Amino acid sequence: MAEAIIEARAVEKYYPQPDGNRIEVIAPTDLSVSPGKIVALLGPSGSGKSTLLRMLTGLSKPSSGHVLWHGKTMDGQIPNVSIVFQSFALFPWLTVLDNVEAPLIARGVGAIERHKRALKMIDTVGLDGFETAYPKELSGGMKQRVGFARALVVEPEVLFMDEPFSALDVLTAENLRSELLELWLSKKMPTTAIFIVTHNIEEAVSLADRVIVLGRNPARIRSDFEIDIPQYRDRKSPRFLAYVDYIYKTLTRPQEEAAVPGKAAQLSGDGQARTRTKFQMLPHARPGGIAGFMELLTDRGGRDDLYKLADELAMDVDDLLPIVEASAMLGFAVLREGDVEITPEGRKFGEADIQAQKAIFREAALKNVAILRLMENTLHAKRDHAIGEEFFRDILDEHFSADEVERQFETALNWGRYAEIFDYDSEAGRLFHREDADVLPAASEA
Amino acid sequence: MARGSWQPVRILGKGPWSLLPAQTWSVLTDFFLFAAGLSVFYAVLVLARTWFGPFNPHVEISRDPSKLPLYAAYSLLRITVAYVLSLAFTLVYGYVAAYNPKAERIMIPLLDILQSIPVLSFLPAVMLAMVALFPHHQIGVEMGAILLIFTGQVWNMAFSFYSSLKSIPRDLREAAKIYRFNWYQRFTQFELPYAAIGLVWNSMMSVAGGWFFLMACEMFVLGSLDFRLPGLGSYLQTAASAGDTQAILWGVGTMIAVIVLLDQIVWRPVIAWAEKFKMEQVESTDAPKSWFLNLIQRSRLLIRLRKRVINPIRERLALHYAREFDAAHEEAPPATWKVWTGRAIASLAVLAVFYAVARAAVMLAGLNTFDYKQILDGTVATFGRVMVALIIGSLWTIPVGVAIGFNPRLARIAQPLAQIAASVPATALFPIVLLVLIRIGGGLGLGSIVLLLLGTQWYILFNVIAGAMAIPTDLKEASSVFKFNRGMRWRKLILPGIFPYLVTGLVTASGGAWNASIVAEYFRLKDHTYTTVGLGATISRATDSGNFALLLGSTIVMALVVVTVNRLVWRRMYRLAANRYTLEV
Repeated sequence: MAEAIIEARAVEKYYPQPDGNRIEVIAPTDLSVSPGKIVALLGPSGSGKSTLLRMLTGLSKPSSGHVLWHGKTMDGQIPNVSIVFQSFALFPWLTVLDNVEAPLIARGVGAIERHKRALKMIDTVGLDGFETAYPKELSGGMKQRVGFARALVVEPEVLFMDEPFSALDVLTAENLRSELLELWLSKKMPTTAIFIVTHNIEEAVSLADRVIVLGRNPARIRSDFEIDIPQYRDRKSPRFLAYVDYIYKTLTRPQEEAAVPGKAAQLSGDGQARTRTKFQMLPHARPGGIAGFMELLTDRGGRDDLYKLADELAMDVDDLLPIVEASAMLGFAVLREGDVEITPEGRKFGEADIQAQKAIFREAALKNVAILRLMENTLHAKRDHAIGEEFFRDILDEHFSADEVERQFETALNWGRYAEIFDYDSEAGRLFHREDADVLPAASEA
Repeated sequence: MARGSWQPVRILGKGPWSLLPAQTWSVLTDFFLFAAGLSVFYAVLVLARTWFGPFNPHVEISRDPSKLPLYAAYSLLRITVAYVLSLAFTLVYGYVAAYNPKAERIMIPLLDILQSIPVLSFLPAVMLAMVALFPHHQIGVEMGAILLIFTGQVWNMAFSFYSSLKSIPRDLREAAKIYRFNWYQRFTQFELPYAAIGLVWNSMMSVAGGWFFLMACEMFVLGSLDFRLPGLGSYLQTAASAGDTQAILWGVGTMIAVIVLLDQIVWRPVIAWAEKFKMEQVESTDAPKSWFLNLIQRSRLLIRLRKRVINPIRERLALHYAREFDAAHEEAPPATWKVWTGRAIASLAVLAVFYAVARAAVMLAGLNTFDYKQILDGTVATFGRVMVALIIGSLWTIPVGVAIGFNPRLARIAQPLAQIAASVPATALFPIVLLVLIRIGGGLGLGSIVLLLLGTQWYILFNVIAGAMAIPTDLKEASSVFKFNRGMRWRKLILPGIFPYLVTGLVTASGGAWNASIVAEYFRLKDHTYTTVGLGATISRATDSGNFALLLGSTIVMALVVVTVNRLVWRRMYRLAANRYTLEV
């Protein structure tokens, strides 16, 4: 293997807390980007993929560890890389041409040369004739083409892409993906390596030479393997599906390491380095979604392959996994070898009417979800059966990063209200015990 | 590059004027623009000459309407200079506050307080300082007036720029960083465009506020000193003291003409031009348009100027900064001299603040119990007046505003009229209203409420119209389907719907009313001083008699009241509006 362009050594990201603890977002991670490869970084949302990407590009400094650029530390310099953003991040007040020229101005390239290079790149990405258009006049797919042209015009050594296709509709995304691959394979792309962050498993398997699967809370590398299917890949081929299935297994089975198809597993990261007692992390799924999923599973005979389900529902892992995880957490389903299987409880839940569903959910939630149990007990024990939300946020604060606390609290609130475990007054920011509250919140008018 | 030269021609071909020969039209435009540019240059030259002329304490203000264009030009120049100063201050202040976390902690609360200080109480101090600085030239008094207008318009602009910078999306910021924008490119291609729309709207508001203060400060008495500056404001005051109705009408007419003209050839074009800085993903259908902008965009003269002069300069600047930035390493530790200069400036500022506080304390110690009682009574009276003005303002503007907002046809007629009515600075109308009030025999105690109302009701009206327009049609239809009666429709749909807008309008109106009380509660007309009990009157009287201790005391009290009311009432209302009454799309 050639010498790495970018190498991360034990990079780590954490946020120190006032009480001296730290919330770890990314566990110490080793990672490298080598010339001639497309690397895909795959993981569920909130797993720190983007943070890792920003550390590799020099946009964000690791809390500890080093990022080396051709073997040298970066010292806050931005190396010769580009990023294609999910949101496109074009400047709306600049024309397509000005947007593409902007990075060249920054590098002090003179007008004539700059013009020539920008026009050539606009031509390459197929935007000929749109030079004087403003981004708002373009469709999403065309906007992202501008994003690519702007990224490639500086001939970056590594082209970083942060979920470049997730804001596009399925067909546009597919089209752009295949054009990108074509440019890369025909060597028309002035870059030596590509690093793509995605939560779309098929996207990763179809594009990448190497896939890195990230687990979350904190992020650490679960699996890092090469995909040895020649391009262009057939998405229905058994080998392709085997890789997809393998990634699902890795993502749904936190503890064990599954075997890479055809090879021995390459373990990386230090998965077992620090173990800490933690609250379970609630998957961000809605009770209605879980109920719908149970009905669907029942209709399909109670057991199915995850990737088939995702494919059929046209859902990303990001949308499907939380529902699957929540079902498993509540004891409505079990995960086996990348398959999901409904339990008798789950079947009952899926088939019940609304009121019965709530009762079943309540029972399952109080039995299996620690934070809801804690909320129930606390509210029960308080004399007025009411408590400020800050109390629970503070508890969550010790376990999760600030953004995650918000999401965890919101999900807990959602589940608890659905299960009629408590009521919540959003203006006062207080939770009330459903059954024995002395003071119910005043019925509000609007 | 090449784009500029053909694009406007293409647009012309599509426009309604496509029948006109493009060439002639363009020559006419060029001629017009050239002449306009020349006359502005000449006017500034002439006006500036008087500035550096000797100080004349007894400027005679003529009531001859033929003098009005000159007076209007004087006033306009003052406003313009003050605005340019405000813009420069805004860019520096906003930039430092947004990017220096240490400075931000001090600068933003400071801005909040400065915003609440009634500008007119700065008047005596600023004037005395400026006259002392330039004792023999007219420029001292001019600078005083300009500084005063500056303090009236700068704060909201600075705040807007700061909050724009703070709200730049992370992705855009990262794009600028990953593509190694230097500070110049960041500023011109990214930060300034992002902040442009907020800056434009706040500039409009600020300049409107500037007229308000200009009217008040072109002619005033400070102790034994009588300051007069030739201008529209002094013309109106002179006409009012002489009771010359015809002159007053001429003055107000000129005022309206100037404001409408400014709107057409400055603000409309700027707003239409700023449309391109909107952070929108799709093109909006009813983008603002301006005939004047179209005109100047078609001018061959300007296109050539841009191609030959402006673009090459921009190119040079951009490349210069890019290459300089490339040579220097980013995030190099700042040079020690910079660190030390920064510290020195900070320490000097702290010392100055301490000194000022100490002097102020000494001055305040000179107040006697009678003064305190006067301030206290005044506060209560003015507070009541402001409240009454807000209530009366709401009572008529809510039904009218909702009617206008619900009826697009009415809105098309009423809105421009209301805009013109609102753009006339209340201070310009005070003399007229006062004359009427005296004739029908009301005292200033009640009359000042009318005056406060005059200046502040528009804020409420415009916000109510906007709120009513924002209520979604399906909600209106739902209330019809469920057969809401009149009361229920108001309680369940209209009032909650306009609430956030109403709060915004009331906040602005309340701030404006406190400020206006200084001119509304104390008025000189025909050698007679009309006055009533009030904090504004106390401030004005203290100014007139040169009682600086009383002036300082009452100003501090007014600022405190405004800040407290903002914190205790308006901020809570805002939060309530944001949490509960926001119609999310």
